[in-house]
Amino acid sequence: MIAALLAHLGVAISATGSPLTSPNQGLGDPLFSQGFTWEVWVILVVKVLVAFVVLLIATAMMIWFERKVISDMQSRIGPNRAGPWGLLQTLADGTKLIFKEDLVPEQSDSFTFKLAPYLSTVPAFITFAVVPVGGIIRLGSHTFELQVADPPIGILLVLAMSGIAVYGVMLAGWSSGSKYPLLGSVRASAQVISYEAALGMTVVTVVLVSHSLSTRAIVAAQSNGFWNWNLIRLGFVPFIFFMIAITAELTRPPFDLTEADSELVGGFHTEYSSMRFGMFYLAEFMNTITMSAVVVTLFFGGPNGLIPPWPGATIYMPLIWFLLKTVAFCFIYVWFRAALPRLRYDQLMDLGWKRLIPMSLAWLLLVAAVVTWHWSGLIMAPVVLAAAVLLVRATRLGSDATKRDSVLPSVGRRVAPATRLPDGPRQGVDA
Amino acid sequence: MGLGDEVKDQLSFLGGFKLTFQHLTRPRVTTSYPDEKRAKQPRQHGRHVLNRYEDGMEKCIGCELCAGVCPADCIYVRGLDNPPDHPVSPGERYGYVYEINYLRCIHCDMCVEACPTEAITESKLFEFSFTNRSDAIYTKKELLVDDRGMPQKLPWEDWREGDDMMTSGWMRATAPSGNAAYEGEVQWSGELGYGVRAPEGGQSGHRDDELTGTKPLRDILEAHLLTEDIPLAHRGMQGRVWRAKIGAEKNKKKMEAMRVRMNDLRAARKAAKAKGKA
Repeated sequence: MIAALLAHLGVAISATGSPLTSPNQGLGDPLFSQGFTWEVWVILVVKVLVAFVVLLIATAMMIWFERKVISDMQSRIGPNRAGPWGLLQTLADGTKLIFKEDLVPEQSDSFTFKLAPYLSTVPAFITFAVVPVGGIIRLGSHTFELQVADPPIGILLVLAMSGIAVYGVMLAGWSSGSKYPLLGSVRASAQVISYEAALGMTVVTVVLVSHSLSTRAIVAAQSNGFWNWNLIRLGFVPFIFFMIAITAELTRPPFDLTEADSELVGGFHTEYSSMRFGMFYLAEFMNTITMSAVVVTLFFGGPNGLIPPWPGATIYMPLIWFLLKTVAFCFIYVWFRAALPRLRYDQLMDLGWKRLIPMSLAWLLLVAAVVTWHWSGLIMAPVVLAAAVLLVRATRLGSDATKRDSVLPSVGRRVAPATRLPDGPRQGVDA
Repeated sequence: MGLGDEVKDQLSFLGGFKLTFQHLTRPRVTTSYPDEKRAKQPRQHGRHVLNRYEDGMEKCIGCELCAGVCPADCIYVRGLDNPPDHPVSPGERYGYVYEINYLRCIHCDMCVEACPTEAITESKLFEFSFTNRSDAIYTKKELLVDDRGMPQKLPWEDWREGDDMMTSGWMRATAPSGNAAYEGEVQWSGELGYGVRAPEGGQSGHRDDELTGTKPLRDILEAHLLTEDIPLAHRGMQGRVWRAKIGAEKNKKKMEAMRVRMNDLRAARKAAKAKGKA
């Protein structure tokens, strides 16, 4: 049945004639269709090496980019000493980190303590392997896709790796033998598990309309114009859910409770120094890039885009489109960090369990109904709506049960000067 | 609260995105420090100097009041009776040992306020560093002014032009008894050879910042104030012209500095070439 589905897909997509598709679409990288000759191995090794090096350089650039953008948004200058515009700042920092003393606390479980950074870094590298960065390249008699690997499980690998990466954080906090890292790692595991459900369900909505788990097939299903992007086909909402859930999954601001500097010193990596700390840092920023790329793959058509009739444009234009979209999302992550204050822990859980999970489930049901039979979507809509009303009512009842007065007024609001206040009750002044 | 208001309230966080994005285009409040230094304020507290009278006598009488008042315990003074044949200070005693530990000093200027003879005052110098703890202790040798009454420019210190002229002490940090009308009074101690500085303006707005050398931070940061906090003259079109003028001036200075640097480089290259030929 799967084979039939895949065959059906292959026909459907090869008809589109996009440079991102190949004759055996959905059956993995066409590179392997002629067996494993030495040329195949060379291409493979080159692909892996290029991806590795480019990802490392991109991470360095991302760190620089984040620091520069955040400083611009805070009206500062930012790194400007190492290299032109401070471009080599990350290199300088990395060099410094390598030569710093490597401390392993006496109270720590030293084997686990040393293992944890690798558990964080390696999944960060592996995740990027399934991201399609460009189209199909023909080299002699060999045809291959511009992505390190195109396994049939595709997008599941991303979820699996982000699940494994939690072990890095969790073990780091647990093995440090210190309270702040432990608190940070407990928060991290709770947070990531909470948001993984919503994340998984939004991914399923994408898979429902793409009919495949393979990232290449997901991208190919979005070719031929931006109106075919999942962003529009799925109606924006899953994208917003995915964006929120993935930011929480990355433990990036405003969901950075795991390393909340003001509460937990450094969170799970408090006790780490030298390059072990550097590896956590590397993993964090690499994950940011990877997840930007995953968002682009799932909702923004990946390397799809307008290809002008220039010579060789089918090779480099998809790359450029992919790069542009990914950089845009990297910017958005930095923007999140600049604009949003950190959530309180109860707010985080509230958003995850009471809002994101039910809403993404509802949207998943809607999409599933529409995909199976258009009219059943119309039937499903009122059901979902009724469920939503009931749920909101239930949460309202729940929060009324615990006295409202016992909850502090929402923090972080600037009290406006009296002259600017509109007539009416003022918050915190008039009851 | 209606539904619309509630939605608006829930989405009010979007204002943060707008604000941070606007800030991308606003002028920076920081400067790239070692290349571009911000002017010092007249009240800046820097490293101390030990003053002398015009006849060369030291002002310090070794009373140890400064050491007593110091909240950071960074001053160590020992007084000694003046030798009758060649007195060091006009009083009975003089400061025999005078040491300030700059790893401890918080530059609160309470020593300056406590000193009965205005012997210890602060310069505006803050750009000095040391690589070991004993170097952080300044002794009388380093602190005492030279024969002209100017502070010594020690090789590891980065003095800016005109800094050494501003060593008089700020005698009162606030108006006496919190009297807001206490304005226009000279509150500086005298400066050797330069007399007394102009009185600083108070809170009333009748102030001459040009005369006193005050650089209000408000002007520097004005672009970042809320609209209602910006003076009327600097809002809207007028404000744009004003900002453009300031920007042009800044750019002019930058270009000038760059030209000077280029000229220096060119001269150096020429000199090197001439040397090579010779």
